[in-house]
Amino acid sequence: MVYYLILILNIVLKSLALIVPLLIGVAYLTLLERKVMASMHQRRGPNVVGFFGMLQAFADGLKLFVKETILPSSANTLIFILAPIITFLISLFVWAVIPFNDNSVFVDINVGVLFILAISSLGVYGIITSGWSSNSKWSFLGSLRSAAQMISYEVSIGIIILCVLLCSGSLNLSEIVESQRKVWYILPLFPLFIMFFISGLAETNRSPFDLPEAEAELVSGYSTEYSAMGFALFFFWRICKYDFDVNYSYYIFSWWLVISYRIYPFYFCSGLFLVRFKDNCNSFLIYLGKSSFSQI
Amino acid sequence: MFVENIFFFFFSSLSIIFSFFVIISKNPVHSILSLILVFFNAASLLIILGAEFLAMLFIIVYVGAVAVLFLFVIMMLNVKVTKLTSSIYRYLPISFIFGSIFFFEFFMLFYLDLVSVNTNYLYLFENNFVNEWSTSVVPVSNIVALGQLLYTYFSYLFILSGIILLVSMLGAISLTLHRRNDVKKQFIYKQIERDFSSSIIWKH
Repeated sequence: MVYYLILILNIVLKSLALIVPLLIGVAYLTLLERKVMASMHQRRGPNVVGFFGMLQAFADGLKLFVKETILPSSANTLIFILAPIITFLISLFVWAVIPFNDNSVFVDINVGVLFILAISSLGVYGIITSGWSSNSKWSFLGSLRSAAQMISYEVSIGIIILCVLLCSGSLNLSEIVESQRKVWYILPLFPLFIMFFISGLAETNRSPFDLPEAEAELVSGYSTEYSAMGFALFFFWRICKYDFDVNYSYYIFSWWLVISYRIYPFYFCSGLFLVRFKDNCNSFLIYLGKSSFSQI
Repeated sequence: MFVENIFFFFFSSLSIIFSFFVIISKNPVHSILSLILVFFNAASLLIILGAEFLAMLFIIVYVGAVAVLFLFVIMMLNVKVTKLTSSIYRYLPISFIFGSIFFFEFFMLFYLDLVSVNTNYLYLFENNFVNEWSTSVVPVSNIVALGQLLYTYFSYLFILSGIILLVSMLGAISLTLHRRNDVKKQFIYKQIERDFSSSIIWKH
């Protein structure tokens, strides 16, 4: 019994160690983006809340949390509420297989790359159901455009990853990184890296590819009808997916040296907690089902 | 073993519940969404079986591609919410017959181990010595095993299935592609083809 409790506590602590630094990292990524955009516009950007505007993202989050959630009367309420929650969960879920350091990963599964492909293809559902359920033409058209763009660029990402898989000979992310000890794949596969970056931009509907949220025609795309927390969750998903794509491109194109805890300091503390189980079982459910519990 | 059973019952009961929702929900979008949940539960059952590659492919293909197309079509067609009328109950006897035949076949297939995933032969000695031994001797993962078979023994079939997919893709393209003749079009290759010798023709 105590064993089960310790196991559950371990899982909870590990997921907290993954999620909390991720949220903070995303918050500062939005701040960084706003600062860079401001410097392009020759403005100063957020600089009031906190030192250099360091607390601006948290202030915005608090504001969105406190605001009133508006449910449109003609909306399909259940799906309308579920859609942002699902997208948010998916954006967190996909980080489970990312190895932060040599020995720290949440679950070290055999089919990590396939897991990422599978889970990130679910992001379409949140978008398309949000557009449909808000029962507005703008949202629906925006969601159709977003979904079409996401589906089509997922294919190109999958084919780019296939080349990396051919070079590394494994679908496990840790092994892909380890196989780059001799040469980083960014050198022989440099054009693919550029293509991956472009498809990542297109998949997250970011700047050169932001047609789905064309503000002149569609008000704000699929998130038109969303206020307060729903909007915040969609916003989080967008930034987090972009963040994930950037990170993922590091993992599949370079060795541990350039890896994220040097770039994002917050992931370092996350990596300290996520010490991988050292045993020979690969799939986490198999781990739960077979090895550990039958030993009790 | 105990936790494996719990997982098995959890996912299988959820899949049964959601497949009922697929049938009985009035809104077709709701039934598609519950169909997606059924796919998910089936994939997690596959993970429990240890076929993780198959489970991931299941999610990528069915949930990521097929169900999205279903959802697109149903949302675009604007299918009206159907009402459950009494005329549905006319089909009840024939559906009962088909269902009982289906259930009987499944029962004949699994009638010894309909209870749970059959891993009893791995637990003959009430510990996982056998299991550990087998996994340490044959450390081949799903993907490696599949690849070794697909690219050696079944390479003909693999190439054949690829050709079938290609043919079906070409067929879909040629079905939807139709050239309109009533529109003025610019054929760039014809413009490039022209040169001095062929552009002026002497006609008497």
